[in-house]
Order: sequence, then structure tokens, then C-alpha cells
Amino acid sequence: MPSTPVRFYQVGSFAAGNRLLDPSLRTVQSEQGRTNSLTSGHRACQGCGEALGARYVLDAAMRASAGQLVVVNATGCLEVFSTPYPESSWQVPWLHSLFANAPAAASGVAAALHAQGRDSVRVLAQGGDGATFDIGLGCLSGMFERNDDVLYVCYDNEAYMNTGVQRSAATPPAARTATTEAVGPEPGNSFGRGKDMPRVAMAHGIPYVATATVADLHDIEEKVTAAMAVRGARYLHVLVPCPLGWGAPPDQTVRLARQAKESGLFPVFTARDGEVTEVSPIRHRIPVDGYLRAQRRYRHLFEPEERTEDIARIQAMADANIARYGLLDPPQRGPQ
Amino acid sequence: MREQIEGSQAIARVVGMCRPQVVCAYPITPQTHIVESLGLQVKRGDITGCEFINVESEFAALSVLIGASAAGSRTYTATASQGLLYMTEAVYNAAGMGLPIVMTVANRAVGAPINIWNDHSDSMALRDSGWVQLHAADNQEAVDLHIQAFRLAEQLSVPVMVCVDGFALTHAVEEIDIPGQDQVDAFLPPFVARQRLDPAAPLTIGSMVGPDAFTEVRYLAHQRLRRATDLVPAIAAEFAGVFGRSRPGLLETYRAEGAETLVVAQGSVTGTLFDVIDDLRDSGVPIGAVVVTAYRPFPAVLSPTCCRGPLEWSSWTGRWRRGPAGSWRPTSARLCDRAPRARRSSPGSVADP
Repeated sequence: MPSTPVRFYQVGSFAAGNRLLDPSLRTVQSEQGRTNSLTSGHRACQGCGEALGARYVLDAAMRASAGQLVVVNATGCLEVFSTPYPESSWQVPWLHSLFANAPAAASGVAAALHAQGRDSVRVLAQGGDGATFDIGLGCLSGMFERNDDVLYVCYDNEAYMNTGVQRSAATPPAARTATTEAVGPEPGNSFGRGKDMPRVAMAHGIPYVATATVADLHDIEEKVTAAMAVRGARYLHVLVPCPLGWGAPPDQTVRLARQAKESGLFPVFTARDGEVTEVSPIRHRIPVDGYLRAQRRYRHLFEPEERTEDIARIQAMADANIARYGLLDPPQRGPQ
Repeated sequence: MREQIEGSQAIARVVGMCRPQVVCAYPITPQTHIVESLGLQVKRGDITGCEFINVESEFAALSVLIGASAAGSRTYTATASQGLLYMTEAVYNAAGMGLPIVMTVANRAVGAPINIWNDHSDSMALRDSGWVQLHAADNQEAVDLHIQAFRLAEQLSVPVMVCVDGFALTHAVEEIDIPGQDQVDAFLPPFVARQRLDPAAPLTIGSMVGPDAFTEVRYLAHQRLRRATDLVPAIAAEFAGVFGRSRPGLLETYRAEGAETLVVAQGSVTGTLFDVIDDLRDSGVPIGAVVVTAYRPFPAVLSPTCCRGPLEWSSWTGRWRRGPAGSWRPTSARLCDRAPRARRSSPGSVADP
């Protein structure tokens, strides 16, 4: 398919296209010939983590599939901001059906392509955390269980941002949303038991599960490429900070994603056939305190007085992740 | 070839002859025999080039077909009752996107109270979803309608629901003329999608449409359904040419000549109705019947006719003496010489016109 030449600005090692790297190691985003699957001109907010994540993921998937890709999208911000009729930002064949059925519709696309003998065309489904953790979980579980040949990507911004920042099953404890306001004796979201979606995916024993953040372009692209090399049901979970919902300036999106990982709150790892095979270690460990302070959704933890007990519980969650995945240990290879 | 066969098995046989490429199955009584048989046919290799998918809900069943149809494959599933209502959101979505999916509804009551037996409440609830709704009066018609449904769906780019009375037809064993594969192939060409998801020519399907264009899009969907009022009889006539059996198209009349009263009905009750009309005619009562095959689009030709009924076969609430089948009456009543009365009847009480 035709590509749109782009100009890009080169900065440090985490950004698009480090000119000090060997050309073979440079990112898809640094290529003049990248597909711009989600092209410019869409209506996402400034600093949107999801728009960034979707572009990274799809351009990498397009390269991995040699341009033979069909994308199915759940209802949500990504769908709304990209396709205000009669405009579309998608440079790929793209289907949106409903909020809850993207995994099933993607299964259907894959089945149709297989029936037509067109197995070289690959299928990628994508949705936000609401579509993934909550309303679409049944269809997602069905797709996993049947091991349909679909890569499902969850762009997790930890709440229903499209409808105005309401709580989802991915909303972390204590976070303020429009349905978990920062009032009363337990301000913000309650401390539930959570829903660990990557683990839910792994429990299906599917061949490939991985987590990533928009802070590490090389890591996302490597994981998309690895996922596309596998047939069957695959799950990629990308943390995508939302300036609006998290209450942070647009220029903090990448930094917040990095802090979520470096604090241990968001473990970055790969699992194959239900077992963790690789973890991305914390480079410079930070306490959760700084990560929380940078976001208005946690302001009530620090004002009018500091809620030390709540902060300690969140720190304990990060510590548990660090221990569980060995995030401070040297990089690990092979099954744990 | 004429066979003594169960309705569901006969439907599954002809659906298989229509060469579907993606079939979804989720069990709900009384449609299960249909998808069971299709699963067997695919697994045995009787149907080739077909993906048979066991899904986790009716919502997923239709959603899988939405994806498969958008990718350019011929698609089929069957459901009933709670299952149809569980997939409601996808039913509207398939129609809105003009996807030519064919689905059997083995008509069954909607709970509570839970009831596996037949009425039309399920498909009536989806009356205005934008699907063509065809009602089979008997199992021969059920078989014939499924073949016509694929033609109609693909020619118009609309989804088609073939409504077959649960148990009364689905589980009834009777003599049915099962067509030959060559006949079906002659009647139903391979599916060529009007537009499909293809990396060679990227399309955006299912974009966000605001008020500026939404009414226009819905109007076009309405026009497509209106075109079906011409296309249904045309396809039925062509069907008669290939299969040597005349089919009713939008509706059929029974002993309507000289009738002062016409009873309107749809579905399997018409068999009983015809018997009753025969008895009454024998005793000199000028009565006949109109059988509605196409409930959506509704055959407008009915309006100026003086009719009794329709025989409601759905439970309804909140509207005095009128169920969904009778909702066309307010407009047609003005056109009648004699103001007709809606009448709710069960198959056993038709004999009192």
C-alpha cells in the first residue's frame, strides 16, 4: 500500500529513530517508509497515549505482516477520534462493529480469510481497557479459548475516558474518576482485588502474552513483531496514560508511562504458552509517591493532608509486583 | 428428492447446499438441531471451504458473522428467543452495515416465565432492526425460503431472518422435497461482496456518523428494505422456474375469491387455519385467508383489503387488543369498508371468525 513520507525529529535513545543505532536496529517509526497506519489529522487530545500506542503497534504490525493486515476496533476513544464520518485516519482496512464484540468480529474476519484461503492476511483487534476488562471480556475469552488467529491489543488508560472518565475494572485503587469521586471516608476508587488482564489471558494458555508501555518504543515494536511471528490467539497489553483522565499535562504522557514501569506498578513482561518467559527489569527504581503526585486523579492522597496508609498500600502493590516478577533482578531468559 | 425428514434437518441440508463459508453455533432450544447438523456436515466434509465456529454466546455468534461478512464471506447462524434478544445490539449493527447475513430464528416465547415453546415474541421484538423477516408457513416453505434468503440478502446487501415456528416446524417430521445441489448452484451464484476488508484497497467500515448524515444513512437502509418488496416476488418467481415449485413471495391468499372475511396470519398456524376455512366454506361461510410471508418489509398491498385478524402469535403488554402483528391496522383500517377488529387467537380458537 502507498506510504506517506514523514519528517521526524530525532532525540534520545527512547525516541523514534536513534541515528547512532545500526539501521537494522532502528525502529519502524524511524523509517521514512512507515505506513502511518493511523495517520495525522485525527481528533485525539494533545498528548493522547492511546493514539501514540496505536500508531506504534499498527505500523510495527504492518511491517511484520508485509502490509497484509486487517484491523478490528472496539468502540471507544480510538474509534471515535479516528473516524468522524466522512473522514478516516486509517490507512489499513478497518472495521468497527460494537463496544463488546471486537474479539468476536476479529475471529470472524480471521475465519473468513481462512475459508477464502487468504491466510497471509493477518488480523489485529484493538480496544481500550473498558472494552477489554469489562464489556468485551466474554468475547475476548472465547477468542482466546478457541485460539483464533488474532492479535488482540488492549490500550489501557485505566478508565472509561471516552465517556468522561468513569471507573473501569482497570482503574487502580484510590484513583479519582467521575464515578469514584475523591470524597468521603474512602476517596477515589476502592481497594478491590483488581483484575489482572495479562494473567487472565495467560490462564487461557494462549501462545503469546506481553505487556508494554508507550514509554519504550523499541520494546513495543519488538513485542508486536514477536507476536506477529506466532499463529493463534495473542494478547498485547499497552499502558497508555491519558492526560485528561489522569490529570497531567500532555507532555507528561511518556514520562508517566515510564514511571508506572519504573515504580513496579506496571510490570513489563512476556509470557508464552501461559508461562512468564522474560521480564523487563526496572532500570532506576522510584517510589510510587512521585508517580502518584504527578497526577491530579491522586491529589486527594496528598491534600489536604497526606493519606499515608493509602499510599503505603499502593507501594505494597508495586513491591509485590517487583517480587513476583523479579523486576529488580538482572534480565532473565527462558522459563522461570 | 422427496424425503421424510425433520424440519431442522431439512433446513440444515439446504443451508449446507448454499455453500456458507462461516457458520456460528451457540445452542438454544429449539434451533439446536440445525447447527448440530451443520457442524456434522462441515466436520464430515460434506460442506467444503466452511469454517464452523462454536462460540460463547449468541452475541458472539452474530458478531463473528459480522466480521466474516465484512471480510467477504457467506455467513449463517440460527437462534431463538432469549438468544435473539441477547444478540439484539449486533442484530441492529449487522443491518446498519448492510451485511448480507442469513439467520434462522426458530420462533420461541420470551421469558419470564421461561418457556421453550413457540410464539413470535422474539422476532417481533426485532421487527424494526432493519432485517428482512420471512415467515415459513410449513417446512417445505422453510427449506425454500432459506435458499431465497441468501439470494435476497446478497442482492440487496441486507441481512435476512428466516422465521420458523419452534417445535411446530423445527421438530416436525414431514415429507419435504429436498432440492439437488445442481439446482441450488443454478439459483444461487457464489457470493461476491459489494465491499470487503482487503489490504489491497483499505476501507473504513463502521465509522462514527453524526446527526448531519445519520438520517440519510438510515433512509438509505429503509430504501433498501423497500426495494425488497419488489425483489422478494421476483426471486420467488425465479425460484419457481429453477425448482418447479411456486412460492408465495411476499404473501399468499387462500380461498380469497368472493370472501367477505379474510383472516390474516403468518407461520405454522396457517395449516390449521386453512382446514378451518375449508370447513367454513363447506358450510357456506364466505371466508378466506391472507398469509404474510414477508413481515419485513411489510407487503403494503394488504392495506386496502378488508381483513380479520391478524392472528397474533406473540404475547404483548401495554397495548389494548393489538400486538406487533396487528400494528399495521391503524392505517389500513381507514382504507377498509368495514372497520376490522384485531383479534388474538391461538391455533385452537381460530374457528370463531
